[in-house]
Amino acid sequence: MSLQVRDLTVDIDGRRVVDGVSFDVPDGARMGLIGESGSGKSLTALAVLGLLPDGAEAGGSVRWDGRELVGMPDRELATLRGDEIGIVFQEPRTALNPIRTIGRQIGEAVRIHEHATRREAAERAVAEAARVHLPDPDRIVARYPHQLSGGQRQRAAIAMALACRPRLLIADEPTTALDVTIQAEVLELLRSLVSDAGMSLVFITHDLAVLSQIATHGVVLEHGRVVESAPVSTLLSAPASPVTQGLLRDATATLWHPAAPGGGDAG
Amino acid sequence: MTGRQEGIRSAARRQGRLRRLWALSTGRFGLIVVAVVALTALLSLFWTPFDPAHVDIDARWLPPGWPHLLGTDAAGRDILSLIIAGARTTVFVAVSSGVIATVIGIALAALGALTARWLRETVAVLVDILIAFPVLLVAMMLAAIWGGSLWVVVWSVGIGFGVSIARVTRPELRRVLHTEFVLAGRASGLTPAQNLRRHLLPNVAPVFFVQLSWAMAIAVLAEAGLSYLGLGAAVTDPSWGLLLKDLQQYLTVHPVAVLWPGLAITLTVLGLNLLGDGLREATDPTLARRRGRARSARTHQPELTA
Repeated sequence: MSLQVRDLTVDIDGRRVVDGVSFDVPDGARMGLIGESGSGKSLTALAVLGLLPDGAEAGGSVRWDGRELVGMPDRELATLRGDEIGIVFQEPRTALNPIRTIGRQIGEAVRIHEHATRREAAERAVAEAARVHLPDPDRIVARYPHQLSGGQRQRAAIAMALACRPRLLIADEPTTALDVTIQAEVLELLRSLVSDAGMSLVFITHDLAVLSQIATHGVVLEHGRVVESAPVSTLLSAPASPVTQGLLRDATATLWHPAAPGGGDAG
Repeated sequence: MTGRQEGIRSAARRQGRLRRLWALSTGRFGLIVVAVVALTALLSLFWTPFDPAHVDIDARWLPPGWPHLLGTDAAGRDILSLIIAGARTTVFVAVSSGVIATVIGIALAALGALTARWLRETVAVLVDILIAFPVLLVAMMLAAIWGGSLWVVVWSVGIGFGVSIARVTRPELRRVLHTEFVLAGRASGLTPAQNLRRHLLPNVAPVFFVQLSWAMAIAVLAEAGLSYLGLGAAVTDPSWGLLLKDLQQYLTVHPVAVLWPGLAITLTVLGLNLLGDGLREATDPTLARRRGRARSARTHQPELTA
């Protein structure tokens, strides 16, 4: 089960915004896509899942477990999404449906892919909420997104993405909208979930310091092109391209480790 | 937690929505009025105090009293019985136009929001053109061509308000379509149809309810108005509009009699509108829960949600 991206292109209204991106994510690897905003990293992620917005066209090749995803019919892609490949978005405020309870949203993928009954899905939702260390999982599943804090919402979004135990998780700046302490907790959670389950991870960020905490390999993008691809330690110690040097200079995240994972984000 | 508990909890949530509706003074008033009108219409199928068509010349223009609680009209018919029987027509018109407006409105909104660009732009322009025709004018035109009947009222209000539901719901659908949670739904593997049912429609429901209740209220008014003009209900049908028309000719002589059908129409329209407002508020957890939490915060230690 590995992801192979070759010469991926994305065109929006005739303008090329992702231009020949190639990278590999072997089984169990933690890969980072890093670049400034507008460098095409989010579109790369969306293109992998066939979730590009209207008017955007993907080209090149994305192979997942030997199957070609570019040009695959949407119905077929839908069976992979959430089941084999999960995604977490940047903004936890908008990534959850405001009028459905957390539990129903976490259980959604289970109901679709495993044809679980409403009751089974509800039970799974509680288990998944516990797995991402949401406080009081029995009760929190009956709550609505606006009743949760930002960090709790992001944990719920992660639980949603992981409910069906995907083999690959794509995390699109999952910590950018959170404050620094919560950021560290969520990163810690993601890392332990990924390594416990032996999942592969594609982590998208603009912050090299965040990347250094979670990924082992980094692909640096600029204007839709790959400018550097190296182990994170190399990117940190000997950045080859000026883009990476700039990112290293601007790395902002505090290297902060919470005493123990879990607990909750209240504080 | 067991599944059974979850089942109970979701039932409680549904009840909670009703309770929230009931807790709002407007929602409660609307619910009561609409329920009373519906029950009255049901009752009229089996029983009215007097036969509403029974003419009794000796009993003309009786004032309110016993046994004619609201008095009698120029032909000696019992006004209360006429109003009870007229509720049937009102409910029929309101519900049928509501159903037609819903079907047309949702279909047009979905076509105008979710399809290929050329189709949805075409539908949007069509809706904008159609909305320029006033509902009552269309109803009068239809009635002038095909003769007056309740179906003219039902179809003209249904189509007219179907278009205006589409007009309001379409941009709302477009907005929700571009939210991240719909994208997240697709990322969980939802097909477009599942996404529509689970994420899109529930999120446009508040706007839709307000429009629908307004459409039903207008249908009641339109029936009364067109019947008043002689373009709606047949003279033999019981109808509040017809009754109002009959009675208002004698407004200067018997001013009290005309009050009753007028009151019935006004209350029903008000009730429908308030019910729509209440439903909107009760279906939006962010509105209703905030209220609940503020109340509990006064009595309990607020929960920790940093």
